[in-house]
Amino acid sequence: MAIEKNLHVPKTIKLFINGEFPRTESGRHISLYEHGSQKVFAHVCRASRKDLRNAVAASLAARGEWEKRSAYNRAQILYRMAEMAEGHREEMVSLLTKINAASAGDANQSVDAAIEAFVYYAGFADKFSQVSGCVNPVSGPHHAFTTPEPVGCVAAIFDDNIESILALPIVAATLASVIASGNVVTALLPSNVSAQLAPLAEIFATSDLPKGVVNLLTGHQSELLDHLASHMEVQSICYVGSDRTTQEKLKTLGAENMKRVICFAPDANPTSLDRLAGFVEFKTVWHPIGH
Amino acid sequence: MRSVSMTDKAGRTLALLVPPVDEVGATERAEFFTKRSIKKESKIHALYLAISMCDLTTLEGADTPGRVRQMCEKARHPVPPDVFQSVAGQKNLPPIPSVAAVCVYPSMVSTAVKALAGSAINVASVATAFPSGQAPLKVKLDDTRFAVSEGANEIDMVINRGAFLSGDYQLVFDEIAATKEACGEAHLKVILETGELGSLDRVRLASEIAMRAGADFIKTSTGKIQPAATLPVTLVMLQAIQDFYMKTGKKIGMKPAGGIRTAKQAIQYLCMVNETMGSDWLTPDLFRFGASAMVNDILKQIFKEATGRYYYDRVFSLD
Repeated sequence: MAIEKNLHVPKTIKLFINGEFPRTESGRHISLYEHGSQKVFAHVCRASRKDLRNAVAASLAARGEWEKRSAYNRAQILYRMAEMAEGHREEMVSLLTKINAASAGDANQSVDAAIEAFVYYAGFADKFSQVSGCVNPVSGPHHAFTTPEPVGCVAAIFDDNIESILALPIVAATLASVIASGNVVTALLPSNVSAQLAPLAEIFATSDLPKGVVNLLTGHQSELLDHLASHMEVQSICYVGSDRTTQEKLKTLGAENMKRVICFAPDANPTSLDRLAGFVEFKTVWHPIGH
Repeated sequence: MRSVSMTDKAGRTLALLVPPVDEVGATERAEFFTKRSIKKESKIHALYLAISMCDLTTLEGADTPGRVRQMCEKARHPVPPDVFQSVAGQKNLPPIPSVAAVCVYPSMVSTAVKALAGSAINVASVATAFPSGQAPLKVKLDDTRFAVSEGANEIDMVINRGAFLSGDYQLVFDEIAATKEACGEAHLKVILETGELGSLDRVRLASEIAMRAGADFIKTSTGKIQPAATLPVTLVMLQAIQDFYMKTGKKIGMKPAGGIRTAKQAIQYLCMVNETMGSDWLTPDLFRFGASAMVNDILKQIFKEATGRYYYDRVFSLD
């Protein structure tokens, strides 16, 4: 039998947990359709709460190592992401034009913005401490320094209704800004654009990022959100979206272990120091000086 | 069927019939117990049971009386009762049970006995030149007698693997029998150190020898050698216990030790015990876990059931 020429082999879109691409343990999926048709473009994993638990466990395990890396090394890795993203440009553009019927120009701009975000946070990874920290004027024989430290395990939650053309840069920027200061992150991606975001996982997987620092889940928010927001090992929540009810809910569930819940509008500037400042704790050290 | 004969102290000859073990079959059968879905009330029940079967253990060169006392406090109350009440109050969960025993070196036995006074928790001591067992019999027996005189009511001995592996089964048998005698009233657990035996056939043979020589419990490992307890090894030992029970009517206990770290594994072991031995063996008198790290994971699962939140380690004691 002759082999069909140009055999189209569609990519299975899987989760990204602990540096690996597992299928969801639940075996469930969500079907995504090409723009304006009934043609299935891809099946993406519909993660269960066990996948979520595993993802958080993976990020916790990665926390110590990532936090201890030098800021300069984190910067190198983030810059590497920009390089890898450039290599995935064609794929990302074709996904946006095919599924969302975006124009080639818009799609390219979207990829540009994502790459810019990686470069921006790569630059600030080893400068944020100098910019935001300070030597405090104190009266007495002491030095007092204030420096930012990562909060730990951050949950990034993206609203399902983020416009697809915005989703790529906003997700790239959010994840890059959270990990730049040494945090680890488990993210719930917006399910309707998760196929377009699949190349991001491959970028993270091939940028020398230690396994588990970034974990990406696709699935129904209604099913996963509560478990992530109430998880006692998650120290902070980054919510990207403008749904008031969700914001309230995250704050309520996060109160038990005093999570900091920071919300960004989907169209807020992706490259801003606010995004870095949201996920650090400022530590002040008093140091005696002898006479 | 392999036959090994032993001569007991009275000079009688005991013939041990040891059936061959199907390694592939045992592994596959053991794998089968990892596929169960135990949820809600059954899960809670299993978790509580697993805590009550736990032997909290500290066997380090760096053990201090303070560390042993701390562990004994944890043995009484794996979680401070008022903390648990405040977390699980609205769910009406029963209080967290005490563990079955603490397991320490002979020199720490008196500390543990004092710390556990007034509780039903047993004090187990390793003896017989744990973990290698490489000492003259006299030293091993003195070690045992010392631990018993200090107040240990369970003795965890190691078999003479050197003798076992070189085929001197009679010596292995005699040492166990002599240790049993030195134990007096104390229960004897015999550690086979299955990670050093090499095959399931040998595990089966060592189990038979230990039970015939007077073991009250057979135990997989010292925890100092990898691999420690595994499901297939435990399965083979349970089957040996079952056959021994059929032949003699005597119920021998089982203790997998080492390498069991999660609540999930604990439940798998309990399923295996239930389906191999029946529910008679689902009691701390006949089944124990030698697993200290497991307790915190079990507590985490119980807290999850009580609050609906994924819980974190730092609310529990660190060891």
